[in-house]
Amino acid sequence: MEIFGIPTSALLGQLLLGLVNGSFYAMLSLGLAVIFGLLNVINFAHGALYMMGAFLAWMGLQYFGISYWVMLLVAPLLVALFGIVIEKTMLRWLYKLDHLYGLLLTFGITLMLEGVFRSFYGVSGQPYSVPELLSGATDLGFMILPNYRAWVVAASLTVCLMTWFVIEKTRLGAYLRAGTENPKMVEAFGVNVPLMVTLTYGFGVALAGFAGVLAAPVLQVSPLMGSNLIITVFAVVVIGGMGSILGSILTGLGLGIIEGLTRVFYPELSATVVFIVMAIVLLIRPAGLFGREK
Amino acid sequence: MSKALEISKLHAWYGESHILHDVNLSVEQGEVVTLLGRNGAGRTTTLRALLGLTGRREGSIKINGVEAINLPTYRIAHLGVGYCPEERAIFSSLSTEENLLLPPMVSKTAKGMSLEDIYAMFPNLAERRNSQGTRLSGGEQQMLAVARILRTGARLLLLDEISEGLAPVIVQALAKMILTLKAQGYTIVMVEQNFRFAAPLADRFYVMEHGQIVEQFAAGELNAKMPVLNELLGV
Repeated sequence: MEIFGIPTSALLGQLLLGLVNGSFYAMLSLGLAVIFGLLNVINFAHGALYMMGAFLAWMGLQYFGISYWVMLLVAPLLVALFGIVIEKTMLRWLYKLDHLYGLLLTFGITLMLEGVFRSFYGVSGQPYSVPELLSGATDLGFMILPNYRAWVVAASLTVCLMTWFVIEKTRLGAYLRAGTENPKMVEAFGVNVPLMVTLTYGFGVALAGFAGVLAAPVLQVSPLMGSNLIITVFAVVVIGGMGSILGSILTGLGLGIIEGLTRVFYPELSATVVFIVMAIVLLIRPAGLFGREK
Repeated sequence: MSKALEISKLHAWYGESHILHDVNLSVEQGEVVTLLGRNGAGRTTTLRALLGLTGRREGSIKINGVEAINLPTYRIAHLGVGYCPEERAIFSSLSTEENLLLPPMVSKTAKGMSLEDIYAMFPNLAERRNSQGTRLSGGEQQMLAVARILRTGARLLLLDEISEGLAPVIVQALAKMILTLKAQGYTIVMVEQNFRFAAPLADRFYVMEHGQIVEQFAAGELNAKMPVLNELLGV
């Protein structure tokens, strides 16, 4: 069966790949948006920390024989700890300054991290095999579903929705939302806002680390894997706007799908289509699709 | 029993601007004290300096006998202080009820009003509990801003211009509320532009000008002080 001259199974396969990429976009842009909202920092290091998550998973397996499943929990925690150290020693001096300083600092951190990993492991990627449990594919009739890719989408969506729930529906999330709006007032009420800021940064980058572990069996674990992704993720954040958590998630998924479809029908455009969408959105709705004028 | 609030030789800056000059004021437990003065006199800055929300500060601020000048802002609330700022600061990303429940409990000893009691005192807020905080009317937002700090167990309330811009009927309700709180033993420091609102409520008055205290007197001396006040406040 064919749609527009493309066999359905191929189309659905690309759609799934688009969803996979979209899941990464969603998780990374979510972390970026949360960090920018509360800390006023454009965390360029997000890509490098995603890469660190993937490398930690690889190193865990390679040097210590630690399985994927354990690293799925441990790597984000380690990335969070690393992020907390960055925040407490370097980032927190920059909050009162222009956004640009946070961007410059985190850009510098990115260069350092990528440089370190590159000097040890070179630029060609390290292979990471799909865990036993998720290997192979399931025949759904209308398409063959690679199990691991389905897992990536399911796990990412679950984490994103859990994050949405905590932020929008719980008391803890209320502190975050209020702190994003008026941190001094929240502090005047007796909430330890500096601690909340640190933990929020840790959580945001933990999301990136988690995405990294999910990505390890799909992509090559390479020091540059973050750089390849981060610019697109920034475009996703700009398109979605910083106003809503659900907005970030939907935008990430949507753009992944658009990219996937473009790859099928007009592959030459697939690398740039996100930026074309970004340009259009900026012209029509400068605050982003789901953004609120600040 | 230590004073609820004792400020001595307080200086405060916003950046390079030296706003408060040698401010001395004290409030006994259970007193209602009003800070009067023209706009820009430094009354709001005094409250903010109390909470560590200004720039550099020098001097002494004792809350229930505890020196607070070196404490970070989030510790000061836990000395039993509730702050209702001039701009009300209702969070737009929270509902009315979320706004109400946001401030954490600040006292190990005092209980604070329960949510049910607060809704009984402010039925409008109960009706609008799931509305977005900033969708409430001005009067309702003011009620919410005060109600927020009544839940926390704070016994020292700092109220900045709560009658500002509100309809007379609401202002009356607020006055009644202050008298109720006073009867329950709350200590209240009010910054007020509206002299007629503050006069029947306060035990003592301070008048500020150019970041300094220039006058202070008790409620009983009010009539005698009217000429001075007329000059200082243009009342």
